Amino acid sequence: MKKSVVCLITLISSLALTSMLAAQDAALVQAARKEGKVVWYTSLALPSSTAIAHFFEQKYKGITVEVHRTGSQRVLQRVMQEATAGIKNGDIIHTSDAGHFELLKAKNLLLKYTPQGVGPFPDGFKDKAGFYYGMRATLSVIAYNPKTVPDKDAPKTWKDLLNSKWNGKEVTAHPGYSGIIMTHVLALVNTYGWDYFRDLAKNKLHIVQSANDPAGVVASGERPIGVNGAEYFYYKTLKQGNPIKIVYPKEGVPLIVSPVAIAKDAPHPNAAKLFTEFIFAKESQQLLADKEGLYTGHPDVTYPSDKPKLKELKLLPADADELEKRNAEIKKRFVEYFGA
Amino acid sequence: MAVSQTGTLDRAGHTGRSAFRFKDPTLPVWLGAALFLVFLMLFPLGAIFRASLWDDAGLTFNKYLEVFTNEQFLKAIWNTLIISIWVGVIAVIIGALLAWLVTRTDLPWKKPIRALVMASFVTPPFLGAFAWTLLAGPNAGALNKLYRFVTGSEEALFNIFTMPGLIFVMALYSFPYVFSMIANVCELISSDLEDAAEILGANKWRIAWTVTFPLAMPALIGGFILAFLHSLSLFGAPAILGLPAGLHTITTQIWALFQYPPRLDMAAAFSVPLLLATMVLIAAQKKILGRRGFSTVGGKGGQKRLIRLGWRRVPVLVIVFGILSLSIFLPYWILLKAALSKAWAMPLTWDNFTLNNLSFAFFQYDDTKLAIYNTFKLGILTATLGTLLATLIAYITNRNLFRGARYLTFFALAPLVIPGIVLAVGLFIAYTRPPLMLYGTVWILFVAYLTKEMPIGFSQAESTFKSIHPELEDASRVIGANRLTTLVDVTAPLARSGLIAAWSFIFIGVIRELSASILLFAPKSKVVSVVIFDLKEEGQVGVIAVLGILLLVVSFAVILTVQWFAGRDPVATRE
Repeated sequence: MKKSVVCLITLISSLALTSMLAAQDAALVQAARKEGKVVWYTSLALPSSTAIAHFFEQKYKGITVEVHRTGSQRVLQRVMQEATAGIKNGDIIHTSDAGHFELLKAKNLLLKYTPQGVGPFPDGFKDKAGFYYGMRATLSVIAYNPKTVPDKDAPKTWKDLLNSKWNGKEVTAHPGYSGIIMTHVLALVNTYGWDYFRDLAKNKLHIVQSANDPAGVVASGERPIGVNGAEYFYYKTLKQGNPIKIVYPKEGVPLIVSPVAIAKDAPHPNAAKLFTEFIFAKESQQLLADKEGLYTGHPDVTYPSDKPKLKELKLLPADADELEKRNAEIKKRFVEYFGA
Repeated sequence: MAVSQTGTLDRAGHTGRSAFRFKDPTLPVWLGAALFLVFLMLFPLGAIFRASLWDDAGLTFNKYLEVFTNEQFLKAIWNTLIISIWVGVIAVIIGALLAWLVTRTDLPWKKPIRALVMASFVTPPFLGAFAWTLLAGPNAGALNKLYRFVTGSEEALFNIFTMPGLIFVMALYSFPYVFSMIANVCELISSDLEDAAEILGANKWRIAWTVTFPLAMPALIGGFILAFLHSLSLFGAPAILGLPAGLHTITTQIWALFQYPPRLDMAAAFSVPLLLATMVLIAAQKKILGRRGFSTVGGKGGQKRLIRLGWRRVPVLVIVFGILSLSIFLPYWILLKAALSKAWAMPLTWDNFTLNNLSFAFFQYDDTKLAIYNTFKLGILTATLGTLLATLIAYITNRNLFRGARYLTFFALAPLVIPGIVLAVGLFIAYTRPPLMLYGTVWILFVAYLTKEMPIGFSQAESTFKSIHPELEDASRVIGANRLTTLVDVTAPLARSGLIAAWSFIFIGVIRELSASILLFAPKSKVVSVVIFDLKEEGQVGVIAVLGILLLVVSFAVILTVQWFAGRDPVATRE
């Protein structure tokens, strides 16, 4: 008898909670519809962010997503310029440099908001203070073009890239543009020291900006080896039938968790909240894994079978605070070694 | 010819009319336009000097000290200098050769050659640079692949991501400036002196070398300076070809200083030498072009005769079209191929054919629509208001409407010495704070374009007014019309074709502008050139090609429409 009462109470309260949440959701959707759009400053690759935006627009008819895609460092530059000038334009900020969010938090430019879906996410995806959460995880890897580089000769480790036989054959993306590369450089500097990059620069690398760009450069054969770059973009390019092979070095693979946060002065706060809820829901997280080849923090998401599981790899995570503190140093050293 | 003659008459007519200068009720309009122009020029320049000389502690030269002791910055200055000198030299060689061939020899197909030179002029250098990355990247570049295929060599023929590669591309899109300058001069050099030399027994090649060439010398030096300055101010080409090889120039360095944390003070201090160098060179150019020996090119009478090329016609024609295929045919072909391919480096077979780039650019990617809208809105707006302002100012200076009017010429031409990116630094500093908060809107771009295009609009309007005799205006004034009505009803219709040319020059200048836009755009005010640059940074080759082709198609459509309307070629030399 007592037991059933407890059961009943639990049932009722959970029902009430669900319906309360549902009511809350409905209210949020309605408020978001009234605002009509959400402005997303993002560093997620353009085809991927456009695809996510269209998925959202289909699900919530009447709310448009304005995608402004550029490199992580340019997103930050934009946000800070607008903050200085008092312009309120962006709702959602998403970059691959977790340090940015520490900076923005310290400058009081973020809105504290915890989406419902993030509960089961691992700690590495959560800001303890509750301002930002990791929407996706990207690996920075080595890749090569099997048409010009036979598998047996291909570099297997980060140190293999220093071999002078690759002089003039390698491409790197830029930490002054890409948050993924910023994190990549920090992770490798912490493992091998700055000497690693000083030696790497001797191979006269082709320098591109975005962490997505090396995929195209390697695929076209312009430079057969990518010394870094976003794994999901290499994977997508490979899946389109291009000659690319990805190497996940055993000594460790930099893992870049890219946070999402709502701007404090978001002109469409409700749409921004709804978008944040949407992006952390399992359905969307699964879409990121299936369609875009990304990793996520959601424990229930499954991945394509031809991609390694994260737990099979030795990961090199980076600390947001350290990224924030060493941002200027990394950019300066990189330009010093590579010239631009 | 008629131009300079009526010009003299016009000047003679001035004194007589000064009597009713101040009776004009429309004076506020003229003064207003003049003050607006002065403000437009001085505000951003003031901002640059202020930011480079003052900080919280007061007057300081530390920023200059910092800029000129920093190895990175000095290297950028050095690179820029070397690049610009070579661009100047190569552009003069190509430009002068083509100009001479087109004006002084019996080379066939002159019209299509002129049209193609004009097409090189209209092609945005950043687009040309991008196309050349696909043509001459050392490994995947189409030309290098062809070279390897033909010769069986392992090596690349040409690596475009080097300083010579950058110089080459920049020269390809700088030579049209030299061409039009030299072609104008060559058209005007009469054959009298050449005849004299011929009577004395010189052969035609000796004549070309000892008579025509020295006569054209000031124009050659002037052309060199023009190409040098053009290359100094370019941003897109060095960013696309130089940065991948670790090469910074002054413009890319200034742009890099805007990254977070921004160093606007350093960017301002770094802009000042660029500004001063440009001023000195323009002054030098004026002096050289204005010197006495040049007066032979007076345009007075004389007949020019064409040199017969004889059997050389065919090889010369091959060389000419060879040069033009470097600036036009090859780049356009590779853009078209990239726009329609899945993988641009692969042959364009049915398997590799796709319309996805087109549909992504026009239907999926929202920025495209916004950018196209913004670009054409700004193009039409700037061209219209710019022509209007240029017309008013040119009219003031030409008819000397009030005391000191001639100094306005200086202000109208001042932007010639302000490279786009320097102007943008000034505008950014000036308009990101009250009282004039323009940053974040399209209006800051509008102000930038209006300022930047003023010299070309002004000189077009100015030369048009010079050719219109003021007596018709006087007639209109005598029957009681005020000056403004006179300008609108009498003078402007007479000047129609010149003003339409000014309009189209400004329009083309605006829709291809990158170096100022790249610092001033905001999410709501993206323009096509900025979107292309953005996509370049992410490596979206196919979409860039689509947008690039769109930009070219619209530019040519405008030129052809204008030609049709005005019955003249807006960039034609005097024929």
